[in-house]
Amino acid sequence: MQGVDALYGDSHVLHGISFEVGAGRVLALLGRNGAGKTTCMSAIIGFLPPRKGAIRLFGEPIAGLAPERIARKGVGFVPQGRRIFPTLTVRENLRVSERRSASSVWNLARVFELFPQLEERAEQVAGSLSGGEQQMLAIARALMGNPRVLLMDEPSEGLAPLIVAEVGRTIARLKDEGQSILLVEQNVRLALELADEVVILNTGRVAFTGSAGEARGNEALITQHLGVF
Amino acid sequence: MKFWIGVAATVALAAGLALSGTNEYFFYAGYVVLQFVVLATAWNILGGYAGYVNFGTAAFFGIGAYTAVVLFKAVGAPLGVQILAAACASGLLGFGTGLLTLRLRGIFFSIATVAVIFIMHTAIVNWRYVGGATGVQLLRPPAMPLFDSYTRMLFVVMAVLAVAGVCIARYIEVSWIGRGLRAIRDSEEAAECSGVPTLKLKLFACTVSGALMGAAGAPLPMYMSFLEPASSFDLNYSVSALAMPMIGGTSHWLGPVIGAILLGSVQQIVTVTISNEINVLVVGVLLVVFVVAAPDGVLGLLRKLKWLHRSSR
Repeated sequence: MQGVDALYGDSHVLHGISFEVGAGRVLALLGRNGAGKTTCMSAIIGFLPPRKGAIRLFGEPIAGLAPERIARKGVGFVPQGRRIFPTLTVRENLRVSERRSASSVWNLARVFELFPQLEERAEQVAGSLSGGEQQMLAIARALMGNPRVLLMDEPSEGLAPLIVAEVGRTIARLKDEGQSILLVEQNVRLALELADEVVILNTGRVAFTGSAGEARGNEALITQHLGVF
Repeated sequence: MKFWIGVAATVALAAGLALSGTNEYFFYAGYVVLQFVVLATAWNILGGYAGYVNFGTAAFFGIGAYTAVVLFKAVGAPLGVQILAAACASGLLGFGTGLLTLRLRGIFFSIATVAVIFIMHTAIVNWRYVGGATGVQLLRPPAMPLFDSYTRMLFVVMAVLAVAGVCIARYIEVSWIGRGLRAIRDSEEAAECSGVPTLKLKLFACTVSGALMGAAGAPLPMYMSFLEPASSFDLNYSVSALAMPMIGGTSHWLGPVIGAILLGSVQQIVTVTISNEINVLVVGVLLVVFVVAAPDGVLGLLRKLKWLHRSSR
């Protein structure tokens, strides 16, 4: 993932944003509500093609392609609010996004190994799962596409603390396996724990870029841009 | 395996009935019911699996019928050729309609499909060769030697079409195509981000659905020995093709079949005992009752009963 620079929209939501997720690294995208985090995600996966600027996946420009093409090129997406397919079974949810290639590491067996609860419920319709299980399913679904970079939009949203910790452990494990991840989070503590690098957005502009360590040590920065926490 | 035995049994039953001495009216009415099985099954491929409500059934059906008329008048093509050509013509219409309208979502797509009926209707009304608004009279060729009457033969033809339609729908349902279509129905955006080729799948569904509707319309001119635009582009076809899967259940290929047989038979009985005019009322009332009392149709109701039965033990 090589640099995202976007400026678009009738009501300029993003003003020349640039950042880069290194291979095998976790980048946390932080900011207040309305700072443009989710909009950045939309730009990358192709729902909101940028007016200006370029989005590259390992050097290959992907801006302006249809979301389906972008997904097939290797951008996995865990949408905000999970957005699983409620009337499909767990297994069908996973098969829908299944993409195999020579270098693919994820398949049904490996995903079930990562999320044993999902295997137990494989033939159940996904709408009957608990919120935490649905989140696991959303992550598993994205992994089935064998993404080169995984975009996660607020994976901890609306979950009990215990489940949030589990999501955190899952992300940590994916990171250990060398998965590149772009993480958008409201839960600053969780994000800072997991991330290698941090980008903080404020009203559509990049306010800070640096390592997670730097961000953690800088109380003033956190309070200024992320406030309420 | 069970499915294929069912397929063979259905075709054999239809043929057996047609060769036996049953009352002629049975075939006259049975043809219409089977025709609705095809229409409902076809509608369900796009409307049920993908959740795109198509109000244009009458257009695809009518174009199928008129394709048959043109071929019959021009070169005296046999019925089989008429049906295949009608499927191609309506499939093409489905593809074109899909290309223009499938970028629209939800209600906007539905409205656009209504427009297709009026466009096609107007075009046919102004086409002299097929009789314009007054319609065209056709002379039936003799029936195949095995059959006593042409209506009996058409009954078997429609039974074969119904079985073929169900086979196609079932194949789509269990394959990756059906999985993709159902993902689209649940959340189109999430499907797109999961790499599902949404537009291609929708176009495919719209084309196949249209082709089947056209095939269902093709034998109509021979069945009536007459064809005119007002009745072949009748909005009733659209409403019935939508109501039947809703009543039967849209999530399974069996749903439209149950709905079509149920509603189609009721319509036939009402036509004979009360009047043709009251048909629409029957469809409307049943649809309202089912939407309120059993939103997942007969199949949903059965599933619920089974579940109750199991949990009470």
